[in-house]
Amino acid sequence: MDAEAPILEVRDLSVSFRSQGRDVPIVEKVSFAVGAREILGIVGESGSGKSVTAMTIMGLIDAPGVRVTGSALFRGQELIGMPQKALRRLRGREIAMIFQDPMTAFTPVYTIGWQIDEQIRAHEKLGKAEARSRTVRLLGDMGVPDPERTANRYPHQLSGGLRQRAMIAMALSCNPALLIADEPTTALDVTVQAQILDLIRTLRADYGSSVLLITHDMGVVAKTCDRVMVLYSGRIAERGPCDAIFAHPGHPYTAALLDSIPPLTGPRPERLPSIAGAPPPPLERPAGCAFAPRCHFTHDTCQALPPLLRYGQQDIACVLPKEGRPMPPRVTEYAQ
Amino acid sequence: MAAALLRRLGQTLFVLFGISVLVFLVFFATPGADPTARIAGKNASPETMAKVRHEYGFDRPLPVQYATMMKKLFITRDLASYVDRGELVVPEIIEAAPVTLSLATGGAVIWVLASVTMGTLAAAFRGTWIDRGLMIAGLIGISIPVFWLGQVANLITQARYHDSWLFSWVPGLGYVPFTESPVGWFKVLIIPWIVLAVLFIGIYGRVLRADLVAVSGEDFMRTARAKGLSPARVLLRHGLRTSMITFVSLFGLDFAQLIGGGALLTEVVFGLQGVGRLTYQALSNLDLPLIMASVMYSAVFVVLANAVVDVIYVFLDPRVRDGR
Repeated sequence: MDAEAPILEVRDLSVSFRSQGRDVPIVEKVSFAVGAREILGIVGESGSGKSVTAMTIMGLIDAPGVRVTGSALFRGQELIGMPQKALRRLRGREIAMIFQDPMTAFTPVYTIGWQIDEQIRAHEKLGKAEARSRTVRLLGDMGVPDPERTANRYPHQLSGGLRQRAMIAMALSCNPALLIADEPTTALDVTVQAQILDLIRTLRADYGSSVLLITHDMGVVAKTCDRVMVLYSGRIAERGPCDAIFAHPGHPYTAALLDSIPPLTGPRPERLPSIAGAPPPPLERPAGCAFAPRCHFTHDTCQALPPLLRYGQQDIACVLPKEGRPMPPRVTEYAQ
Repeated sequence: MAAALLRRLGQTLFVLFGISVLVFLVFFATPGADPTARIAGKNASPETMAKVRHEYGFDRPLPVQYATMMKKLFITRDLASYVDRGELVVPEIIEAAPVTLSLATGGAVIWVLASVTMGTLAAAFRGTWIDRGLMIAGLIGISIPVFWLGQVANLITQARYHDSWLFSWVPGLGYVPFTESPVGWFKVLIIPWIVLAVLFIGIYGRVLRADLVAVSGEDFMRTARAKGLSPARVLLRHGLRTSMITFVSLFGLDFAQLIGGGALLTEVVFGLQGVGRLTYQALSNLDLPLIMASVMYSAVFVVLANAVVDVIYVFLDPRVRDGR
């Protein structure tokens, strides 16, 4: 996998919004790469900048006063600053996106099939019938029962799970190289969640797509991703292979996130550990480590912004490993 | 389908009954509305008064009078005016209805086309001078009183510049039936249509723009953009199509009101003998039969227009289709 060039390579991506005469940094110098057929998870709380990162890559942020710097190379093409017309050709065809809430993500007045046909025909010169037959095949592949009839139904007539499957079918309709899934399971109930995650995992085998999976749920990451990037308050906290991070979280924030997942085996805890406090709003972000105010290990050296350092297989934005006091490995095992 | 139609019919009858009773009672509760005195004329002798009262049945109980009036209006259709004696009311309405229908329908076509164009353009160019210019134009349209605009239009096309090449085609005020001459009908109505439409273009254009702007923040619009569709397609096929649902419900209300005689001022300014004008006459003369007939007529159209809007709704919004 490493031999191949990454599909997407993001370097020092920063996004800031202008508000009341000040630039509010939302995302600060985020770098990551998604290899071919790889599933990269981006994890973070609400407001950590994970959705903004995805929307920026798609070129979907065009609010006035937004400043984007850095670079995002998609198969060698620079996405940042690419004209809308060229972006439009990539969107939906090379890079497709699945959204969080399948209830509201379809236009309510058209059938599911019509909307998938529309995307196919926006990018490929296909007749109505050909587009529809591909739509029906895709819906069937996504595990939608009776795809022909479902294609003729309106979004409100389908359950959340079916709608999300239809959404994924639509995203895959032009065989994209990269699929960005922005919290694809958050609005679904747990059993459906597991099915959708399974589906996403099989995509790379069946369609050869790389996936950028955005979530706030470490459990989802554990089940799905190859590599993971933890964002905190718009900055990278930790980045590395999934197994390594789950076994030896290097950043106290990652460790705390992992502690908050209920264990599958062993005695049932009285109360799950939680992280006291709340992430700082972008304007009050400390100059040093953003997690310092909530961290158990805070000390003087946290006043300076910790650089992203390699430690084992991971990149960690924390001073602890360098100071020779890395986080202890975790004892809880996760059923993968 | 049949059940829905029957239900709608029942609703209509109920609405008509309610309104007619209300109009009837309000009329008899109005001071100075006593029809006997008006029919008998000024300084009539008590004997004449008594005779008129008996002849017209005003000495009978109100429910009986009501029933008689309804029978004359709907069944025998020989209800006569109290003011112009012998003038039958139903033919008067039948004569006035096509005028109002023509005026309101033509105006509606213009205002729908113009306001959809205006609202969509403004939303597409949101924040630019095109947007601002269109919205200010809309506000001006809303603020201009229709009678003033009509008078100015008349002044220009009928008097001041009538002899110029630009307006020499404008016929004199009045109405030409469509069956008599379609071209004449169009010529005589085109200026009233535009004058009537100006206010609505302003309102609808602004409402549609606001709606489109609100819709543009919806998730499905983001999905449409993420699909790689062109901005025009996103705006028209996804945004405008969804916004039409609000637009149509607003339209139904206004159109029904106009058909029912709400275009009174336009009718008066352009000398069109429509239902609005008829209602106005009836009210100023306190002529109960004519009031009753025109109110019944408007009520029928309001209910009818609502039914049509409901049908269009079903076409526009699949969620409504399943809701029934």
